[in-house]
Amino acid sequence: MADAKETIGAEIGENDVVLFMKGTSAMPQCGFSSRVAGVLNYLNVDFKDVNVLADEAIRQGIKEYSDWPTIPQLYVKGEFVGGCDIITEMTLSGELDQLFDEKGVAYDKAAANKIRESNRAS
Amino acid sequence: MSRASRITTILRDAFAPDVLEVLDDSERHRGHSGYREGGETHYRVRIRAAVFDGVGRIECQRRIHKALAGEFASGLHALSLDAGGSGRPVGR
Repeated sequence: MADAKETIGAEIGENDVVLFMKGTSAMPQCGFSSRVAGVLNYLNVDFKDVNVLADEAIRQGIKEYSDWPTIPQLYVKGEFVGGCDIITEMTLSGELDQLFDEKGVAYDKAAANKIRESNRAS
Repeated sequence: MSRASRITTILRDAFAPDVLEVLDDSERHRGHSGYREGGETHYRVRIRAAVFDGVGRIECQRRIHKALAGEFASGLHALSLDAGGSGRPVGR
């Protein structure tokens, strides 16, 4: 387990935006993971996807590391941001834009506005 | 007792919520990862409680996760949370 925590720490340390998810960004294996990866892809955010299904030690390790029992989990600049509910809410409220602005993470602001517009319309 | 009833009881006792809705969403996830025959794996919870007033989103969800640790340990797989203080609007 020490190894898993080291790997997790390294991923979070080496990448500005890391999504621990089931499956990959291109092939998500779970609806919740898919939704968060979809938002990040749509916003054109450069992120590292870590497939927890590929490594049982990481899958368990990340839950302890973050003190969070579910997947997906998003980290930005080393900071735990949340899971699917929180990311969805932050996307719709504009708080995710704010976080990316503060942390200096590049993203497509117009795309973020588009998500919010289409969610208001529906 | 169903897991939904247990979750309801646990959350009611722990947080004395003003609003509490627990929905078993397991059937919608049939065939997906984490689904087990017999269900009781995927839930949606909406909760508003005065004890969450002024509590940050992550901390609020962590408290709920902690309260439900036994359920996570016994097969609760996914918990979609709409949680917050009494002032948070209900419904979108």
